[in-house]
Amino acid sequence: MKKHIGLCLVLSFFIACAQQNKQKGDIALSSQERTYSIESVVDGLDNPWGMTWLPDGSILITEKSGELIRFNNGNKTTIQNVPEVYNRGQGGLLDIALHPNYSENNWIYITYSSSEGNESGGNTALIRCKLSENSLTNIQTLYKAAPNTTKGQHFGSRIEFDNDGFVYFSIGDRGERDVNPQDITRDGGKIYRLHDDGRIPKDNPFVNQPNAKHAIYTFGNRNPQGMAKHPSTGEIWMHEHGPKGGDEINILKKGANYGWPVISYGINYSGTKFTNETARPGMEQPVHYWVPSIAPCGMAFVTGDKYPEWNGQLMVGSLKFNYIELLKLEGDKVVAREKIAEDIGRVRNVKLGPDGYIYIAIEGDGIVRIIPE
Amino acid sequence: MKKIIYLSFILLVSIACNDAELKASIERGAVVYSESCIRCHMSEGIDTNERYPPLAGSNWLTEKRKETIHATKYGLRGEITVNGVQYKDIMIPMGLTDEEVADVLNYIMNSWGNTQKKKVTPEEVKEIPKKMPR
Repeated sequence: MKKHIGLCLVLSFFIACAQQNKQKGDIALSSQERTYSIESVVDGLDNPWGMTWLPDGSILITEKSGELIRFNNGNKTTIQNVPEVYNRGQGGLLDIALHPNYSENNWIYITYSSSEGNESGGNTALIRCKLSENSLTNIQTLYKAAPNTTKGQHFGSRIEFDNDGFVYFSIGDRGERDVNPQDITRDGGKIYRLHDDGRIPKDNPFVNQPNAKHAIYTFGNRNPQGMAKHPSTGEIWMHEHGPKGGDEINILKKGANYGWPVISYGINYSGTKFTNETARPGMEQPVHYWVPSIAPCGMAFVTGDKYPEWNGQLMVGSLKFNYIELLKLEGDKVVAREKIAEDIGRVRNVKLGPDGYIYIAIEGDGIVRIIPE
Repeated sequence: MKKIIYLSFILLVSIACNDAELKASIERGAVVYSESCIRCHMSEGIDTNERYPPLAGSNWLTEKRKETIHATKYGLRGEITVNGVQYKDIMIPMGLTDEEVADVLNYIMNSWGNTQKKKVTPEEVKEIPKKMPR
């Protein structure tokens, strides 16, 4: 009998440990010895917000201030005819992405904060355009959020394509926490889904609601600044900034409500609470959350053969704590976390280049890549 | 005698007006702060993670007025020393107008124990050149 009790104790200890391990936001962050070096690729950048690669290997880089740079063989060329941006607070020239069939149709997608409209201020817009002799041409506005406001926070934005030809992009709550995110008749605090030419998909979740913004795919989001397609499931993953605590990783589900600000693992910057709830039926729980906030910016999955030990892991840049977080996944569960590229600087973006290397864009610095030893 | 009373009255009125103006500027500045500064400098002007320099009790506000205005207007990068501690990070320019820079600095300079009698004005902000001799 005594033996049984002992075994039971051991067993319950294990169960308790296992359960604790499963608790979101409570998985230890490890730090290993570096088995790689960090190599500078582009220097002299201010705030490299978005980056993507053209088929010739050159990098297109957006500077938040409004400049679009083409970097090729060590030379920077400023691209002409870029729309004027509303460069305020977190707004400016934001993300850039190529159409999955770029080599056939040459479409480039860009998000930026635009002053287009009657009100003063700005709001996030998605355009597509082509590049001809270092100038943007055929510019088409696919979406422009309204109304403009002079608030400097939460424009989003990231762009991603899925395997079915849809384009997704994020817009933050524009500093109107209690007005925008939970209201599907208003822009802001949403992820949007469009056909690649800007048409609204017939099966978008709110197309039958007359006053809703029909481009909305998910709502109840705060300020998503990372989005990436899962390499095997094809699902779109994203992360969003919390306030003081409560940054989240989420997987996009059609019509889902991610709860901001009704439920949150964060608190006000002042330390006071704006909600006592972290869960509610009908609202999604995050795959992972951070307390305190790391200020996640940029997201990409590790694929290819350059980093066999990290293969399949999710990379998230930390704007606040100057490193890349590698999240090891089992399905949609985070099972381990590791810090890489520590003390690299304020990480604005992280991506896998076409050469298979991890590229990191750093504020006030430039772009570097990780070379395994 | 009459003249003295009259002058004192003018003086009092102008002080009162100045105070009212400063108060209004501080109120506007609190809004700017909550939109553009609070994420890093936090609500009490001190980042407990010690990544970013303090604004509460910062020697920059009293000893480096021009540099403080410049940083608020154009951003800041590279190594700086605040209250004897070195910081090396970057603050991107927030895109504030001269009036907003003045307002937010009046708020910062009169919060969390900071006091500063000399009000920052939009005119003073305007005069700060982008390239400032160090």
